[in-house]
Amino acid sequence: MSEYTAQDFKKGQPRWCPGCGDHFFLASLHKAMAEIGVAPHNVAVISGIGCSSRLPHYMATYGMNTIHGRAAAIATGCKVTNPDLAVWQISGDGDGLAIGGNHFIHANRRNIDLNMILLNNRIYGLTKGQYSPTSPRGFVSKSSPYGTVEDPFRPAELCFGARGHFFARAVATDAQGTVDILKAAYNHKGASVCEILQNCVIFNNGTHDAVYTKEGRAKNSIYVKHGEPLVFGENNEYGIMQEGFGLKVVKIGENGITLKDILVHDAHCQDNTLQLKLALMGDGDGFPIALGVIRDVEAPTYNDAVTAQIEEVKAAKKYHNFAELLETNDIWEVK
Amino acid sequence: MEVKELNQVVVRFSGDSGDGMQLAGNIFSTVSATVGNSISTFPDYPADIRAPQGSLTGVSGFQVHIGADKVYTPGDQCDVLVAMNAAALKTQYKYAKPNATIIIDTDSFKKSDLEKAQFQTEDPLAEMNIDADRVIACPISQMVKDCLADSGMDNKSVLKCRNMFALGLVCWLFDRDLDIAYNYLREKFAKKAGLADANIKVIQAGYDYGHNTHSSAMNVYRIESKTKEAGRYMDITGNKATAYGFIAAAEKAGLKLYLGSYPITPATDVLHELSKHKSLGVTTVQCEDEIAGCSSAVGASFAGALAVTSTSGPGICLKSEAMNLAVIMELPLVVLDVQRGGPATGLPTKSEQTDLLQVLFGRNGESPMPVIAATSPTDCFDAAFQASKIALEHMTPVVLLTDAFVANGSAAFRLPELADYPAINPPYVPEEMKGTWTPYMRAENGTRYWAVPGREGFCHILGGLEKDCKTGAISTAPENHDLMVHLRQQKIDNIQVPDLEVLGDKENADLLIVGFGGTYGHLRAAMEDMRANGKKVAMAHFKFINPLPKNTAEVLGKYKKVVVAEQNMGQLAAFLRMKVDGFVPYQFNQVKGQPFVVNELVKSFTEIIDK
Repeated sequence: MSEYTAQDFKKGQPRWCPGCGDHFFLASLHKAMAEIGVAPHNVAVISGIGCSSRLPHYMATYGMNTIHGRAAAIATGCKVTNPDLAVWQISGDGDGLAIGGNHFIHANRRNIDLNMILLNNRIYGLTKGQYSPTSPRGFVSKSSPYGTVEDPFRPAELCFGARGHFFARAVATDAQGTVDILKAAYNHKGASVCEILQNCVIFNNGTHDAVYTKEGRAKNSIYVKHGEPLVFGENNEYGIMQEGFGLKVVKIGENGITLKDILVHDAHCQDNTLQLKLALMGDGDGFPIALGVIRDVEAPTYNDAVTAQIEEVKAAKKYHNFAELLETNDIWEVK
Repeated sequence: MEVKELNQVVVRFSGDSGDGMQLAGNIFSTVSATVGNSISTFPDYPADIRAPQGSLTGVSGFQVHIGADKVYTPGDQCDVLVAMNAAALKTQYKYAKPNATIIIDTDSFKKSDLEKAQFQTEDPLAEMNIDADRVIACPISQMVKDCLADSGMDNKSVLKCRNMFALGLVCWLFDRDLDIAYNYLREKFAKKAGLADANIKVIQAGYDYGHNTHSSAMNVYRIESKTKEAGRYMDITGNKATAYGFIAAAEKAGLKLYLGSYPITPATDVLHELSKHKSLGVTTVQCEDEIAGCSSAVGASFAGALAVTSTSGPGICLKSEAMNLAVIMELPLVVLDVQRGGPATGLPTKSEQTDLLQVLFGRNGESPMPVIAATSPTDCFDAAFQASKIALEHMTPVVLLTDAFVANGSAAFRLPELADYPAINPPYVPEEMKGTWTPYMRAENGTRYWAVPGREGFCHILGGLEKDCKTGAISTAPENHDLMVHLRQQKIDNIQVPDLEVLGDKENADLLIVGFGGTYGHLRAAMEDMRANGKKVAMAHFKFINPLPKNTAEVLGKYKKVVVAEQNMGQLAAFLRMKVDGFVPYQFNQVKGQPFVVNELVKSFTEIIDK
C-alpha cells in the first residue's frame, strides 16, 4: 500500500484550455504515481515543448520543461546518471515524433528505462493549429489549407520498428484505463511508450470522438489484457481471430464460432507481429481501436547494462582512481 | 665517425597511411623524451579513410621536434625527412629544410610507384632537384625481408615492419639508446612476443645499416638535455590530456563523470579515451546525434554528474540550443570544442581557431558562457580541470576550446598530483534552506544553488522558459526578465580568472604579440626568435577568454603596437575591440588549416615593428 495520495504529486494550477485532454491525463498521472508509491523526490518528470510539455510545472516532483524535441535525450542522461530515479518523459505528437523523432526511436532501441508518454492530439496546439506527424492524410489545418499530402506516423509502428518492448494506449478521458497503463509502464523495466489519445478542443476538436466517451469506447474499442481472449462490443459479443496473414472481426455465436476460437492476447510474446496488428487496428478499417497494454516484453535495459559493465570493468581492472590511472601509461623518470 | 652536438632537431616520418609512420614517430618521441629532451609532435594524417596505396592523397606524416632546451612547436620544417614511398617524397619534401637529410626506401620507388606519385621521369631526385648526397637511399623493404626471412611471418606482416627499419636508421643518426625503444615495443606487444621480437630485430638492422654504410659519410648527432625538470613523465596528446582533466576534476569534486557524445573528427579520441575508463566509474553514452550528446549531458547534470559533451565546430552548431538550455537552467556542463577547419564539413582533420565567436555569441538570446582555450597538448589537462571547476562552482555551461593541432599533438607530460590542484566545491543547497528554498535563489557570488534529484524537500522544476527570480515559476514579466538577464550575465562576470601574463620584454617591448589557445607554441617560438635577434618583443596569450582577465585593458594599452595573431579572420581581435575601448591592433590572420610557420610570424611581426 502506497503512503502517498494524488495530492502529494499535485502542484499549481494548470493553464491548459478548459476541456483539454491534458487536464484528464494529469489527474490520472497524479493518481498513478500515488498508487505506484515512489516518493516525489525520487521522481523526475521531463518534457520538451508544447502544450502537454507544460505538465512538469504541475508536478510536485523533480522535473524539467526543456527544449523542443529533446526530452527523451535529456531523460536518457538523467536516468543513466541516477538509475534510482523514476523518470517520466512527457511529449506531444510534434515534440515526440516530429522534431524529437530521432530521440524517440533511439530511446526505444536502447531500451532505457524511461516511461515515455506520448500525448497524441494530432495537431500543434501551442503554435495554434498546424498539422502534426500524426494528422491523417488530407488533414486541413492552418498550414495545410488544402489538406496535407503526406501520410502520418502511427506511433506503435515507429515504436515497434525501433525494437520497442512496451507499447500501451489509453484515452485521456478514461481515467482507469490511463492509470492502468501508466502503472504497467512503470512496472515494465525498459523504455515504455504510452500513447494517450486526447482531444484538442480548440484546433482539432473531435479527433478521437469515436473512443472519447465511455459509450464510444464500448462500441469502437477493445481493451486488450494479457492472457485473455480479444473480445469487445457492448456485450462482448465480438472477437478478433487470425485469418491468413491478418486479423478479422467475428461475431461470437455466428457461423459456429465460440469463445474458444477467439485469439488470446499475448503481450509478452517476443514476436511483435500480432501485437503490431492489434496496435494498428481502428483506422477506419472496421476494427476496434486497441486500448491497454499491447506489448510488454522483458529485455535487458540500457541503464542496467551500463551499470553492470562499469562494475564488471571495475572488478577486472586494477586502477580505480586518477593516480592509479596515470600509472597505466609508459612512464619515464627524469632525474 | 663524428658525433655533433645539436640544440634541436625536427624529424618528419612520412609514408603511406598503412606504413606505421605514427608509431615510428611516437617511439622516436618517447625515446627522446625519456633521455630528457623536450618534445613536441604533430601528426598530419589524411582525411580519406584509406586512399589507394601509394597515392598522393594517402600520405600520412608525423613530425617531432626534439630539443635540448624547451621546444614550443613541432617545428616549421624538418632536418630529417623519412619518405617510405615516392608519394611521400613528392608531397612531404616541401616540409624539409633546404639542407635536410632525406631517407627513402628505394624499393618503393619503382616505376609503378613513381607513376602513382605522378612523377614524370624515372629519376625523382633529379626531378625534384634534390642533391643525392643528402639522401640515404636504402632498399628498406628488401632488407626487412632478409632480416625476417627465418621468422615464419608472412610477407605482408614482414613488410609492416618497414617503419621500424626507418626508425632504427633515425635512432642511429641521433645516437639514441635503442633499449628504450625495445622496452616500448615489448610493452606494446606484450601479448604478441613474436611481433615484439621481429620489430626489435628490424630496428637493430636499421641502426646497424646506418652505422655500417654511412658512418664515414655522415655525422651522427646528439641532443643533450639542458633544461630538464626532474620528475616522472609520460607522452600525452591533447585529447588524452583533456579526457584526463575531466577524470581528475570529477574525482576532485566527488562526482560521477558523464560524457554524452557523437563521433566527430578531431574530437572522437576524447570519447575513445573516456569510454576505456569504466573502472573509474566514467559513464560514456555514444548518442544518436550531436543534439542528444549535449541534451543527455544536460540531463546528467540535472541528475548530479559532472556532465561533459565533446565535439567539433559542426557539432557546436547542433548543440547550441541545448547549451542554451543549460544557460537558462543554470546547470553545470562542459562543452568541449576541438576546432577544425570550416565552414560546414570544411577540413575535418585540419586545425583552425574559427569557432571563437560562435561559442561566445552563437546562441539565441543573451547567453553568456565562459570560454577557456587550451594552449598546448599538456595544458589541455589543466584547461579541462579548470573548465569543470568553473562549471560546477558557478552552475553554468563552459566551453573548452582546443583545436586539431593541440588535440593530436603530443608532448611530455609531468605526472600531476591531484593534491596540488584546488578543491572543487559545487554550491549544493544547504539543508537548512529546506522549506524556504526556491530554484533561482542565489549565493553571494550570484550562483544558483544545486539541488540534485533524490534529496527530500527540494523538489523543483527547471526549464527553458524564463522564470521568476523569487518563486521559480514561469514568468514573462518585463522587469523580471530584464533582471534575470542581468543576473545571468553578472554571474559569469563574477568568475575569477588569472591575470593575463606578459612574457618577454615586459617593460620596453616595441610590439606585444597577442593570441589565444593552441597557437601559444608558435607565437612563443616567434617571440623567442625575435628577441634572440635583438628585437624588443613581449607576448600575452589568452587562455581565459570569457570572462577576460581583469588586467586585459591595462596590458593591451601598455604597448605602442599590438598584433593579434590568430588562425581565423580576426575573431579574438574583434572581441577585444568590443571589450577594450580604443583598442586598435595589427592583425595576423591565416586560415590554412595548418599550424602557423614561425618564420612567417617573425617576418610579419618584424615588418610591423619596422613600420
